[in-house]
Amino acid sequence: MGSKPTSRRDILKGGAALAGGIAALSQKPAFGQEHDHVMAVGGAPNDYPMILGSKEEIEYGHRSKYVTSMRMMHPMGGRMSPDDFGKVFHVASPLQDSVGVVTPSSLHYVATTRGSYMPDIDPKVHTLTIHGLVDQALTFTMDDLRRFPSVTRLQFIECAGNRHNGKQKTVQESHGMTSCAEWTGVLLSTLLKECGLKGSATWFVAEGAEEVKGASSMPIAKGMDDVLVAYGMNGEAIRPQNGFPVRLCVPGFEGIFNTKYLRRIKVVDRYYMNYNDYGHLDKDPKEAALGFQMGPKSVITRPSGSMRLPGKGYYEITGLAWSGGGAIRTVEVSTDGGKKWNKAEIKATPQRMAHTRFGYMWNWDGNETEIMSRCTDEIGQQQPTREQVAQYWNVPFERDYRVPGLDNSVMPWKIGRDGSVTNGLA
Amino acid sequence: MGSLRLIAIALLVSSPAFAQTYGVGRPTTPEELRRLDISIGPAGEELPVGHGTAKEGAVLFQRKGCVGCHGKAGIGGGPAPALQSKKGAEVPIWDRGHILPLSAPFATTVWDYIHRAMPVGNEGTLTPDEVYSLTAYLLFVNKVIPEDEVLDKQSLPKVKMPIGDDYARLPQWKAGAPRLEGYPY
Repeated sequence: MGSKPTSRRDILKGGAALAGGIAALSQKPAFGQEHDHVMAVGGAPNDYPMILGSKEEIEYGHRSKYVTSMRMMHPMGGRMSPDDFGKVFHVASPLQDSVGVVTPSSLHYVATTRGSYMPDIDPKVHTLTIHGLVDQALTFTMDDLRRFPSVTRLQFIECAGNRHNGKQKTVQESHGMTSCAEWTGVLLSTLLKECGLKGSATWFVAEGAEEVKGASSMPIAKGMDDVLVAYGMNGEAIRPQNGFPVRLCVPGFEGIFNTKYLRRIKVVDRYYMNYNDYGHLDKDPKEAALGFQMGPKSVITRPSGSMRLPGKGYYEITGLAWSGGGAIRTVEVSTDGGKKWNKAEIKATPQRMAHTRFGYMWNWDGNETEIMSRCTDEIGQQQPTREQVAQYWNVPFERDYRVPGLDNSVMPWKIGRDGSVTNGLA
Repeated sequence: MGSLRLIAIALLVSSPAFAQTYGVGRPTTPEELRRLDISIGPAGEELPVGHGTAKEGAVLFQRKGCVGCHGKAGIGGGPAPALQSKKGAEVPIWDRGHILPLSAPFATTVWDYIHRAMPVGNEGTLTPDEVYSLTAYLLFVNKVIPEDEVLDKQSLPKVKMPIGDDYARLPQWKAGAPRLEGYPY
């Protein structure tokens, strides 16, 4: 046994690092570990116990027990609901553990129109009806939807309540109400053409089949542009938490418009002011506009709040950028509190209205500093600092300044001399 | 040659990619639409036959358990939002709280909301008369209508809500446009 075996402890550490959490960075990743490569002669004892190839594992695989990344109740939502699922309206995704751009379905953020009840829908009986200002109202079964030309694409969905403040400890708390999945379905425009859209159509109301039949008005121009009637998510059927068996995906619009458990679309000639629409009622037209389509936004997910850098040296600063205005064009990272901005590497081709992964190699000198990211999208909208927003609106900047509309401001993480990573807004 | 071209054109036209419709889905029956269409627009065209008054609504507000979550006469204090403003008409509408039966731009919004989403656990069980009555009661406690006003398909859409025109309209949405014109962020 001349070889230095890859130590089991190293592998376990690697798993823990992926699982994230406190002091994740102090552990050496298992990938790309160097060791003397000498073939063992004769029998090599197993380094690891075996996972039983049980019926369950064969039928539907599970992640390693060493990977413990989990969603959490979104503290901001904190309103009780009477059921056992989460007991909250909002469930946040563990962004600190994310790699790549796809959020696994089981970790996708969840928000509901009222309680956390989910309708348990039999797809064989569920139908989608489109009516109103169309030549012919049509009802589609779930099998019917599969007969139309399908579209598959990445898309982020973000809750309007995804606001960061100085009290939050981790990126899951501050930014966990956004997620990105690969969605498959039929374009709403395909179905609207099938029904024959009338010239007087200006809005449509989408309605879900949950207990409150949550409804939202949306512009017909959006419906004819890129709205997807989705039945697939990350390569399988959409999960009940995400709207099984069919939901709307409305690229770049605030989360609530992405109607789950879709049962009906009514084409109308005015804003209907039904249910969710009332929640959007605003006095200021500027605030209303900024609460409709999401702005360009990014956040560093690693290193992020509650992690710890084990010492000076190289780290890849990585995070996510997205925008309701289209694809991300550039991401910049600052490692000196916003004085100098450095171009980050964008991983893979940025997709429209999808999370985009970025990275920047940083050689930490061991001094206290602040790291942050900002992005620009394909139509030139740039992610602002909170100070910039206050300046634009000509209001005095204070510590608890609230960015109007959906909060897309820059998020700073403070790096302590001891390697601690904490909320830079605190 | 000519006939070949005709065949080519015929093939193109009959190909689904050009025809744009696929003949999939079945016509929705009027009965289905009556059952499904619970969207009540500002003009109230979809409102069903029925009527109700604040007095009847006051009784229902107790009997249906609304009080438990919204407080006595909707004054709040429970787990659900208040339905009556504690501030009077002398206070500007936007300073009187986010109170549905007071600040909604249309009375139809109140009717639609109660009908589709109330009461908790028994959503969609209220009869049209009950919804007209509860709407009348909540509009009455907020001094939007007098106690004896009868609400029905004709009168409900005509109720003048105190917010009037004082609310923001959403911008005309255009593909590829910034979220607010002139706003760089």
